[in-house]
Amino acid sequence: MAGLFIDVEVDESVTGDADLARRLEEACPVDIYADAGGRVEVVEGNLDECVLCRLCIDAAPAGTVRVKKLYDGTELAAR
Amino acid sequence: MRFFEYESRRILERERIPITQSGHATTPEEARRIADEVGGPVVIKSQVLTGGRMKAGGVKFAETPEECEAYARDILALEINGHVPRGVLVAAKAPIAQEYYAGVIYDGVRKLPTFVFSDMGGIDIEEVAETHPEHIGRGHFSTVLPHMDFRAKDAIAQTGLTGRELTRLTPILSALARLFVKYDMTLAEINPLVRLEDGSFVAVDAHMDMENEARPRHKALLAELGVGEDETREAREATPFEIEGERIDSVDHRGVAGNVTEFDGNLGLVIGAGGGSLTLFDAVRRHGGRPANYCEIGGNPSVSKAANLTKLVLQKPGVEKIAVMMSIVSNTRVDIVARGVIKACVELGFDPAEKIAIFRIPGAWEEEGFKILERYGVEYADRSVSMHEAARIAVEKVSGGGADGAGPLRGEETDAEKPPAERLAGAGEVVEG
Repeated sequence: MAGLFIDVEVDESVTGDADLARRLEEACPVDIYADAGGRVEVVEGNLDECVLCRLCIDAAPAGTVRVKKLYDGTELAAR
Repeated sequence: MRFFEYESRRILERERIPITQSGHATTPEEARRIADEVGGPVVIKSQVLTGGRMKAGGVKFAETPEECEAYARDILALEINGHVPRGVLVAAKAPIAQEYYAGVIYDGVRKLPTFVFSDMGGIDIEEVAETHPEHIGRGHFSTVLPHMDFRAKDAIAQTGLTGRELTRLTPILSALARLFVKYDMTLAEINPLVRLEDGSFVAVDAHMDMENEARPRHKALLAELGVGEDETREAREATPFEIEGERIDSVDHRGVAGNVTEFDGNLGLVIGAGGGSLTLFDAVRRHGGRPANYCEIGGNPSVSKAANLTKLVLQKPGVEKIAVMMSIVSNTRVDIVARGVIKACVELGFDPAEKIAIFRIPGAWEEEGFKILERYGVEYADRSVSMHEAARIAVEKVSGGGADGAGPLRGEETDAEKPPAERLAGAGEVVEG
Protein backbone atom coordinates (compact mmCIF):
# COMPACT_ATOMS: atom_id res chain seq x y z
CA MET A 1 0.00 0.00 0.00
CA ALA A 2 1.28 3.43 -0.92
CA GLY A 3 1.81 6.30 1.46
CA LEU A 4 -0.21 9.44 1.17
CA PHE A 5 2.55 11.30 -0.62
CA ILE A 6 5.12 8.76 -1.70
CA ASP A 7 5.08 5.30 -3.19
CA VAL A 8 8.03 3.02 -3.88
CA GLU A 9 8.12 0.17 -6.34
CA VAL A 10 10.84 -2.45 -6.37
CA ASP A 11 11.03 -4.61 -9.46
CA GLU A 12 10.10 -8.25 -8.80
CA SER A 13 13.31 -9.37 -10.42
CA VAL A 14 15.46 -7.92 -7.62
CA THR A 15 13.32 -8.34 -4.48
CA GLY A 16 15.10 -11.62 -3.71
CA ASP A 17 18.56 -10.08 -4.07
CA ALA A 18 20.10 -10.37 -0.57
CA ASP A 19 22.92 -7.97 -1.34
CA LEU A 20 20.49 -5.34 -2.62
CA ALA A 21 18.26 -5.81 0.43
CA ARG A 22 21.25 -5.05 2.68
CA ARG A 23 22.35 -2.08 0.57
CA LEU A 24 18.88 -0.51 0.47
CA GLU A 25 18.44 -0.89 4.22
CA GLU A 26 21.79 0.81 4.77
CA ALA A 27 21.20 3.56 2.23
CA CYS A 28 17.77 4.81 3.21
CA PRO A 29 18.03 7.46 5.97
CA VAL A 30 14.37 7.09 6.96
CA ASP A 31 14.10 3.28 7.03
CA ILE A 32 11.80 2.75 4.08
CA TYR A 33 13.63 -0.47 3.19
CA ALA A 34 14.24 -3.44 5.45
CA ASP A 35 16.36 -6.51 4.86
CA ALA A 36 13.81 -9.24 5.56
CA GLY A 37 16.03 -12.30 5.67
CA GLY A 38 17.67 -11.52 2.35
CA ARG A 39 14.59 -10.12 0.67
CA VAL A 40 13.83 -6.45 -0.01
CA GLU A 41 10.91 -5.33 2.08
CA VAL A 42 9.26 -1.91 1.80
CA VAL A 43 8.18 -0.53 5.19
CA GLU A 44 4.89 1.08 4.27
CA GLY A 45 4.60 3.05 7.52
CA ASN A 46 7.74 4.97 6.64
CA LEU A 47 6.96 5.79 2.99
CA ASP A 48 5.81 9.33 3.71
CA GLU A 49 9.07 10.06 5.51
CA CYS A 50 10.94 9.85 2.18
CA VAL A 51 13.27 12.83 1.84
CA LEU A 52 13.69 12.38 -1.93
CA CYS A 53 17.41 11.80 -1.55
CA ARG A 54 17.65 9.23 -4.41
CA LEU A 55 20.10 7.07 -2.44
CA CYS A 56 17.92 4.00 -2.99
CA ILE A 57 17.81 4.63 -6.71
CA ASP A 58 21.59 4.96 -6.77
CA ALA A 59 22.02 1.77 -4.76
CA ALA A 60 19.87 -0.39 -7.03
CA PRO A 61 20.39 -1.59 -10.60
CA ALA A 62 19.06 0.99 -13.06
CA GLY A 63 15.29 1.09 -13.28
CA THR A 64 14.61 -1.46 -10.54
CA VAL A 65 13.61 1.00 -7.80
CA ARG A 66 11.07 3.70 -8.56
CA VAL A 67 10.11 6.49 -6.15
CA LYS A 68 6.81 8.12 -7.03
CA LYS A 69 5.60 11.47 -5.80
CA LEU A 70 1.88 10.93 -5.56
CA TYR A 71 1.08 14.60 -5.10
CA ASP A 72 2.29 15.66 -8.54
CA GLY A 73 2.37 12.38 -10.45
CA THR A 74 6.10 12.48 -11.13
CA GLU A 75 8.91 10.07 -10.33
CA LEU A 76 12.38 10.70 -8.99
CA ALA A 77 14.84 10.42 -11.81
CA ALA A 78 18.19 8.69 -11.45
CA ARG A 79 21.22 10.98 -11.15
CA MET B 1 12.19 28.84 38.21
CA ARG B 2 10.59 29.94 41.40
CA PHE B 3 12.03 29.62 44.86
CA PHE B 4 10.11 28.80 47.98
CA GLU B 5 10.06 31.54 50.58
CA TYR B 6 12.47 29.69 52.86
CA GLU B 7 14.92 29.41 49.97
CA SER B 8 14.54 33.07 49.03
CA ARG B 9 15.32 33.98 52.63
CA ARG B 10 18.48 31.91 52.51
CA ILE B 11 19.56 33.74 49.37
CA LEU B 12 18.98 37.06 51.14
CA GLU B 13 20.98 35.82 54.11
CA ARG B 14 23.79 34.72 51.78
CA GLU B 15 23.97 38.27 50.46
CA ARG B 16 23.92 39.76 53.95
CA ILE B 17 20.45 41.26 53.75
CA PRO B 18 19.00 41.16 57.26
CA ILE B 19 16.04 38.81 57.79
CA THR B 20 14.01 37.82 60.80
CA GLN B 21 15.25 34.70 62.60
CA SER B 22 13.62 31.66 61.02
CA GLY B 23 13.88 28.00 60.10
CA HIS B 24 12.32 25.51 57.71
CA ALA B 25 10.49 22.51 59.16
CA THR B 26 8.97 19.46 57.56
CA THR B 27 7.44 18.03 60.74
CA PRO B 28 5.42 19.59 63.57
CA GLU B 29 8.15 18.58 66.02
CA GLU B 30 10.80 20.38 64.00
CA ALA B 31 8.56 23.47 63.87
CA ARG B 32 8.27 23.40 67.65
CA ARG B 33 12.05 23.13 68.04
CA ILE B 34 12.57 26.15 65.76
CA ALA B 35 9.96 28.16 67.67
CA ASP B 36 11.79 27.26 70.85
CA GLU B 37 15.08 28.51 69.41
CA VAL B 38 13.50 31.71 68.10
CA GLY B 39 11.83 32.41 71.45
CA GLY B 40 8.68 34.53 71.70
CA PRO B 41 5.80 34.74 69.21
CA VAL B 42 6.31 33.23 65.77
CA VAL B 43 4.57 33.09 62.42
CA ILE B 44 4.12 29.70 60.71
CA LYS B 45 3.82 29.84 56.92
CA SER B 46 2.99 27.09 54.45
CA GLN B 47 5.73 26.65 51.83
CA VAL B 48 3.85 26.46 48.54
CA LEU B 49 4.54 28.00 45.16
CA THR B 50 1.13 29.61 44.90
CA GLY B 51 -0.63 32.69 46.20
CA GLY B 52 -3.51 33.00 48.64
CA ARG B 53 -1.77 31.33 51.59
CA MET B 54 -3.25 33.64 54.20
CA LYS B 55 -6.80 33.29 52.89
CA ALA B 56 -6.47 29.48 52.70
CA GLY B 57 -5.32 29.23 56.32
CA GLY B 58 -1.70 28.59 55.41
CA VAL B 59 -0.33 31.35 57.66
CA LYS B 60 -0.83 31.33 61.46
CA PHE B 61 0.62 33.16 64.43
CA ALA B 62 1.63 31.30 67.58
CA GLU B 63 2.58 32.59 71.00
CA THR B 64 4.26 29.40 72.24
CA PRO B 65 6.24 26.47 70.78
CA GLU B 66 3.33 24.13 71.64
CA GLU B 67 0.90 26.30 69.72
CA CYS B 68 3.39 26.46 66.85
CA GLU B 69 3.59 22.66 66.71
CA ALA B 70 -0.21 22.37 66.56
CA TYR B 71 -0.51 24.97 63.79
CA ALA B 72 2.36 23.38 61.87
CA ARG B 73 0.56 20.04 61.98
CA ASP B 74 -2.56 21.63 60.44
CA ILE B 75 -0.66 23.60 57.81
CA LEU B 76 1.47 20.64 56.73
CA ALA B 77 -1.72 18.72 55.97
CA LEU B 78 -3.31 21.61 54.11
CA GLU B 79 -3.25 21.65 50.29
CA ILE B 80 -3.44 25.15 48.84
CA ASN B 81 -4.70 25.48 45.26
CA GLY B 82 -3.74 21.86 44.73
CA HIS B 83 -0.19 22.37 46.05
CA VAL B 84 1.07 20.14 48.83
CA PRO B 85 3.29 22.25 51.12
CA ARG B 86 7.05 21.74 51.07
CA GLY B 87 7.17 22.12 54.86
CA VAL B 88 6.55 25.25 56.87
CA LEU B 89 8.60 28.32 57.58
CA VAL B 90 8.74 29.28 61.27
CA ALA B 91 9.89 32.88 61.73
CA ALA B 92 10.06 35.37 64.57
CA LYS B 93 7.06 37.68 64.64
CA ALA B 94 8.65 41.08 64.17
CA PRO B 95 7.57 44.20 66.11
CA ILE B 96 6.80 46.23 63.00
CA ALA B 97 6.81 50.03 62.92
CA GLN B 98 6.39 50.38 59.13
CA GLU B 99 6.27 48.17 56.04
CA TYR B 100 8.01 48.85 52.72
CA TYR B 101 8.32 47.08 49.37
CA ALA B 102 11.70 46.51 47.72
CA GLY B 103 11.94 44.74 44.42
CA VAL B 104 13.98 44.30 41.27
CA ILE B 105 12.36 43.15 38.04
CA TYR B 106 13.43 43.01 34.43
CA ASP B 107 12.03 45.67 32.11
CA GLY B 108 11.62 43.89 28.80
CA VAL B 109 11.00 47.13 26.93
CA ARG B 110 14.16 48.92 28.09
CA LYS B 111 16.03 45.60 28.31
CA LEU B 112 17.39 46.59 31.70
CA PRO B 113 16.62 45.60 35.27
CA THR B 114 14.74 48.16 37.29
CA PHE B 115 14.30 48.92 40.97
CA VAL B 116 10.79 49.16 42.32
CA PHE B 117 10.49 50.64 45.78
CA SER B 118 7.50 51.70 47.82
CA ASP B 119 6.92 53.01 51.31
CA MET B 120 3.60 51.13 51.22
CA GLY B 121 4.66 47.52 51.68
CA GLY B 122 2.90 44.40 52.79
CA ILE B 123 0.24 44.69 50.09
CA ASP B 124 0.09 43.91 46.40
CA ILE B 125 2.56 46.25 44.67
CA GLU B 126 0.42 46.38 41.50
CA GLU B 127 -2.42 47.74 43.60
CA VAL B 128 -0.14 50.41 45.09
CA ALA B 129 1.05 51.37 41.61
CA GLU B 130 -2.55 51.80 40.51
CA THR B 131 -3.98 53.59 43.54
CA HIS B 132 -0.94 55.43 44.92
CA PRO B 133 1.57 55.88 42.09
CA GLU B 134 3.30 58.65 44.05
CA HIS B 135 4.36 56.02 46.57
CA ILE B 136 6.36 54.08 43.99
CA GLY B 137 9.98 54.81 43.07
CA ARG B 138 11.69 53.28 40.05
CA GLY B 139 15.04 53.35 38.32
CA HIS B 140 16.89 51.26 35.76
CA PHE B 141 20.43 50.06 36.23
CA SER B 142 23.05 48.37 34.09
CA THR B 143 23.89 44.69 34.23
CA VAL B 144 27.29 45.42 32.75
CA LEU B 145 28.62 48.52 34.50
CA PRO B 146 29.61 48.35 38.19
CA HIS B 147 26.63 48.79 40.47
CA MET B 148 26.20 52.27 41.94
CA ASP B 149 24.37 52.70 45.24
CA PHE B 150 23.10 56.12 44.26
CA ARG B 151 20.71 54.57 41.74
CA ALA B 152 19.01 52.62 44.51
CA LYS B 153 19.01 55.72 46.68
CA ASP B 154 17.36 57.71 43.90
CA ALA B 155 14.55 55.14 43.55
CA ILE B 156 13.87 55.22 47.29
CA ALA B 157 14.05 59.02 47.44
CA GLN B 158 11.31 59.25 44.79
CA THR B 159 8.83 58.14 47.47
CA GLY B 160 9.79 61.10 49.66
CA LEU B 161 11.94 59.22 52.16
CA THR B 162 14.92 61.11 53.54
CA GLY B 163 17.45 61.01 56.38
CA ARG B 164 18.14 57.87 58.36
CA GLU B 165 15.48 55.80 56.59
CA LEU B 166 16.93 56.61 53.18
CA THR B 167 20.46 55.88 54.39
CA ARG B 168 19.55 52.53 55.91
CA LEU B 169 17.31 51.33 53.08
CA THR B 170 19.79 52.12 50.32
CA PRO B 171 22.28 49.28 51.00
CA ILE B 172 19.40 46.78 51.23
CA LEU B 173 17.93 47.74 47.85
CA SER B 174 21.45 47.85 46.39
CA ALA B 175 22.24 44.36 47.69
CA LEU B 176 18.95 43.12 46.21
CA ALA B 177 19.99 44.55 42.83
CA ARG B 178 23.39 42.91 43.05
CA LEU B 179 21.93 39.50 43.87
CA PHE B 180 19.41 39.92 41.03
CA VAL B 181 22.28 40.20 38.54
CA LYS B 182 24.57 37.71 40.28
CA TYR B 183 21.98 34.91 40.28
CA ASP B 184 20.27 35.71 36.94
CA MET B 185 16.96 36.45 38.60
CA THR B 186 13.89 37.60 36.74
CA LEU B 187 12.31 38.77 39.97
CA ALA B 188 13.71 39.49 43.41
CA GLU B 189 11.38 41.12 45.89
CA ILE B 190 11.11 41.69 49.61
CA ASN B 191 7.55 42.36 50.68
CA PRO B 192 7.38 43.47 53.31
CA LEU B 193 10.72 44.92 54.14
CA VAL B 194 10.03 46.32 57.60
CA ARG B 195 11.35 48.94 59.96
CA LEU B 196 11.27 47.53 63.45
CA GLU B 197 10.42 49.54 66.49
CA ASP B 198 14.15 49.85 67.28
CA GLY B 199 14.73 51.55 63.88
CA SER B 200 16.49 48.62 62.19
CA PHE B 201 15.31 47.06 58.94
CA VAL B 202 14.65 43.38 58.22
CA ALA B 203 13.11 41.34 55.40
CA VAL B 204 9.98 39.53 56.52
CA ASP B 205 8.94 37.86 53.27
CA ALA B 206 10.78 37.35 49.99
CA HIS B 207 9.96 36.06 46.54
CA MET B 208 12.50 35.16 43.88
CA ASP B 209 12.40 33.74 40.37
CA MET B 210 15.52 32.66 38.52
CA GLU B 211 15.85 32.52 34.74
CA ASN B 212 15.38 28.83 33.94
CA GLU B 213 18.15 28.81 31.35
CA ALA B 214 20.59 30.04 34.02
CA ARG B 215 20.24 26.98 36.24
CA PRO B 216 23.47 25.37 35.04
CA ARG B 217 25.37 28.54 36.03
CA HIS B 218 24.15 28.30 39.61
CA LYS B 219 24.59 24.65 40.45
CA ALA B 220 26.38 25.46 43.70
CA LEU B 221 23.59 27.70 44.96
CA LEU B 222 20.88 25.24 43.93
CA ALA B 223 22.73 22.37 45.58
CA GLU B 224 23.11 24.42 48.75
CA LEU B 225 19.37 25.09 48.74
CA GLY B 226 18.59 21.45 48.01
CA VAL B 227 16.87 22.14 44.68
CA GLY B 228 16.87 18.91 42.66
CA GLU B 229 17.84 18.96 38.99
CA ASP B 230 14.50 17.38 38.08
CA GLU B 231 12.44 20.02 39.86
CA THR B 232 10.85 22.15 37.16
CA ARG B 233 9.35 24.71 39.55
CA GLU B 234 6.89 25.83 36.92
CA ALA B 235 4.12 28.26 37.81
CA ARG B 236 1.55 25.49 37.37
CA GLU B 237 1.40 21.79 36.71
CA ALA B 238 1.54 20.73 33.07
CA THR B 239 -1.86 19.84 31.57
CA PRO B 240 -2.43 16.45 29.88
CA PHE B 241 -2.31 18.31 26.53
CA GLU B 242 1.11 19.72 27.39
CA ILE B 243 2.40 16.40 28.70
CA GLU B 244 1.35 14.72 25.46
CA GLY B 245 3.14 17.47 23.48
CA GLU B 246 6.29 16.78 25.45
CA ARG B 247 5.93 13.05 24.78
CA ILE B 248 5.54 13.60 21.04
CA ASP B 249 8.73 15.64 21.01
CA SER B 250 10.74 13.22 23.11
CA VAL B 251 9.90 9.93 21.39
CA ASP B 252 11.35 11.02 18.03
CA HIS B 253 14.82 12.59 18.07
CA ARG B 254 14.35 14.23 14.69
CA GLY B 255 13.82 17.99 14.99
CA VAL B 256 11.54 19.76 17.41
CA ALA B 257 7.78 19.53 17.51
CA GLY B 258 6.63 20.23 21.01
CA ASN B 259 7.13 22.71 23.87
CA VAL B 260 3.38 23.02 23.91
CA THR B 261 1.48 25.42 26.15
CA GLU B 262 -2.27 25.17 26.37
CA PHE B 263 -4.64 28.11 25.96
CA ASP B 264 -8.39 28.17 25.54
CA GLY B 265 -8.80 29.70 22.09
CA ASN B 266 -10.18 28.33 18.82
CA LEU B 267 -7.16 28.74 16.53
CA GLY B 268 -4.63 25.93 16.84
CA LEU B 269 -1.06 26.96 16.12
CA VAL B 270 1.69 24.91 14.54
CA ILE B 271 4.41 27.52 14.57
CA GLY B 272 8.13 28.04 15.01
CA ALA B 273 11.59 28.86 13.70
CA GLY B 274 14.19 31.31 14.96
CA GLY B 275 11.91 33.02 17.46
CA GLY B 276 9.04 32.77 15.01
CA SER B 277 6.78 31.09 17.54
CA LEU B 278 6.72 34.09 19.84
CA THR B 279 6.37 36.57 16.99
CA LEU B 280 3.56 34.59 15.40
CA PHE B 281 1.74 34.02 18.67
CA ASP B 282 1.86 37.77 19.35
CA ALA B 283 0.74 38.50 15.80
CA VAL B 284 -2.32 36.28 16.21
CA ARG B 285 -3.18 38.05 19.45
CA ARG B 286 -2.60 41.43 17.86
CA HIS B 287 -5.15 40.67 15.19
CA GLY B 288 -7.71 39.67 17.80
CA GLY B 289 -7.18 35.92 17.45
CA ARG B 290 -7.59 33.45 20.28
CA PRO B 291 -4.77 30.88 20.18
CA ALA B 292 -5.60 27.41 21.43
CA ASN B 293 -1.96 26.71 22.10
CA TYR B 294 1.62 27.80 21.80
CA CYS B 295 4.20 25.37 20.41
CA GLU B 296 7.56 25.18 18.70
CA ILE B 297 8.51 23.34 15.55
CA GLY B 298 11.88 23.49 13.86
CA GLY B 299 15.11 21.64 13.20
CA ASN B 300 13.42 19.50 10.54
CA PRO B 301 11.04 17.23 12.41
CA SER B 302 9.99 14.02 10.66
CA VAL B 303 6.66 13.82 8.87
CA SER B 304 5.25 11.64 11.64
CA LYS B 305 6.43 13.99 14.37
CA ALA B 306 4.88 17.02 12.65
CA ALA B 307 1.73 14.96 12.04
CA ASN B 308 1.48 13.86 15.67
CA LEU B 309 1.84 17.40 16.97
CA THR B 310 -0.76 18.60 14.47
CA LYS B 311 -3.15 15.82 15.48
CA LEU B 312 -2.76 16.80 19.11
CA VAL B 313 -3.63 20.41 18.29
CA LEU B 314 -6.49 19.48 15.97
CA GLN B 315 -8.08 17.22 18.56
CA LYS B 316 -8.00 19.84 21.29
CA PRO B 317 -11.58 20.73 22.21
CA GLY B 318 -12.61 24.09 20.77
CA VAL B 319 -10.08 24.16 17.94
CA GLU B 320 -11.80 25.17 14.71
CA LYS B 321 -8.81 25.60 12.41
CA ILE B 322 -5.05 25.57 12.58
CA ALA B 323 -2.49 28.03 11.30
CA VAL B 324 0.82 26.55 10.18
CA MET B 325 3.33 29.35 10.17
CA MET B 326 7.04 29.74 10.52
CA SER B 327 9.73 32.28 9.90
CA ILE B 328 11.90 31.61 6.83
CA VAL B 329 13.28 28.11 7.31
CA SER B 330 16.74 26.98 6.31
CA ASN B 331 17.28 23.76 8.22
CA THR B 332 13.66 22.66 8.23
CA ARG B 333 12.08 21.40 5.02
CA VAL B 334 8.84 23.02 3.94
CA ASP B 335 7.65 19.91 2.10
CA ILE B 336 8.19 17.66 5.13
CA VAL B 337 6.14 19.94 7.40
CA ALA B 338 3.48 20.26 4.70
CA ARG B 339 3.22 16.48 4.50
CA GLY B 340 2.99 16.22 8.30
CA VAL B 341 0.16 18.68 8.78
CA ILE B 342 -1.83 17.40 5.80
CA LYS B 343 -1.38 13.81 6.90
CA ALA B 344 -2.71 14.69 10.34
CA CYS B 345 -5.83 16.27 8.82
CA VAL B 346 -6.46 13.36 6.47
CA GLU B 347 -5.95 10.69 9.13
CA LEU B 348 -8.40 12.47 11.43
CA GLY B 349 -10.96 12.68 8.64
CA PHE B 350 -10.66 16.43 8.07
CA ASP B 351 -10.33 18.25 4.79
CA PRO B 352 -6.90 19.94 4.92
CA ALA B 353 -8.21 22.81 2.78
CA GLU B 354 -10.86 23.51 5.37
CA LYS B 355 -8.89 22.86 8.54
CA ILE B 356 -5.65 24.66 7.65
CA ALA B 357 -6.46 28.37 7.70
CA ILE B 358 -3.06 29.32 6.31
CA PHE B 359 0.27 27.64 5.62
CA ARG B 360 3.06 30.16 5.63
CA ILE B 361 6.44 28.44 5.74
CA PRO B 362 8.88 29.81 3.21
CA GLY B 363 12.38 28.43 2.76
CA ALA B 364 14.09 25.13 2.04
CA TRP B 365 12.24 22.91 -0.44
CA GLU B 366 9.34 25.33 -0.66
CA GLU B 367 8.58 24.54 -4.31
CA GLU B 368 8.05 20.92 -3.37
CA GLY B 369 5.99 21.96 -0.36
CA PHE B 370 3.80 24.25 -2.41
CA LYS B 371 3.06 21.39 -4.85
CA ILE B 372 1.75 19.30 -1.95
CA LEU B 373 -0.34 22.17 -0.59
CA GLU B 374 -1.82 22.84 -4.03
CA ARG B 375 -2.67 19.17 -4.41
CA TYR B 376 -4.75 19.35 -1.23
CA GLY B 377 -6.18 22.81 -1.86
CA VAL B 378 -4.53 24.42 1.15
CA GLU B 379 -4.09 28.18 1.08
CA TYR B 380 -0.43 29.04 1.45
CA ALA B 381 1.78 32.09 1.45
CA ASP B 382 5.37 32.62 0.38
CA ARG B 383 7.96 34.90 1.98
CA SER B 384 6.54 38.02 0.36
CA VAL B 385 3.66 37.75 2.82
CA SER B 386 4.79 38.84 6.28
CA MET B 387 4.20 36.71 9.35
CA HIS B 388 1.84 39.41 10.62
CA GLU B 389 -0.20 39.30 7.43
CA ALA B 390 -0.38 35.52 7.55
CA ALA B 391 -1.58 35.71 11.16
CA ARG B 392 -4.22 38.23 10.12
CA ILE B 393 -5.51 35.89 7.41
CA ALA B 394 -5.68 32.98 9.84
CA VAL B 395 -7.59 35.01 12.42
CA GLU B 396 -10.00 36.26 9.80
CA LYS B 397 -10.70 32.75 8.55
CA VAL B 398 -11.27 31.25 11.96
CA SER B 399 -13.60 34.10 12.77
CA GLY B 400 -15.78 33.21 9.82
CA GLY B 401 -14.49 35.67 7.24
CA GLY B 402 -11.44 35.54 5.04
CA ALA B 403 -10.48 34.61 1.57
CA ASP B 404 -11.90 31.53 -0.03
CA GLY B 405 -10.26 29.16 -2.42
CA ALA B 406 -6.95 27.45 -2.37
CA GLY B 407 -3.65 28.41 -3.81
CA PRO B 408 -0.85 30.83 -3.36
CA LEU B 409 -1.02 34.17 -1.69
CA ARG B 410 1.72 36.48 -2.88
CA GLY B 411 2.92 39.59 -1.16
CA GLU B 412 2.08 41.90 -4.02
CA GLU B 413 -1.57 41.02 -3.63
CA THR B 414 -1.79 42.11 -0.03
CA ASP B 415 1.19 44.21 0.95
CA ALA B 416 0.00 47.29 -0.85
CA GLU B 417 -2.66 47.78 1.78
CA LYS B 418 -0.24 47.60 4.68
CA PRO B 419 1.73 50.40 6.32
CA PRO B 420 5.44 50.48 5.43
CA ALA B 421 6.51 49.25 8.87
CA GLU B 422 4.49 46.08 8.50
CA ARG B 423 5.87 45.45 5.04
CA LEU B 424 9.37 45.84 6.41
CA ALA B 425 8.55 43.42 9.22
CA GLY B 426 8.10 40.73 6.63
CA ALA B 427 11.18 41.67 4.65
CA GLY B 428 13.52 41.70 7.60
CA GLU B 429 12.51 38.58 9.45
CA VAL B 430 14.98 36.28 11.07
CA VAL B 431 15.90 33.13 9.21
CA GLU B 432 15.70 29.98 11.30
CA GLY B 433 19.19 29.14 12.49
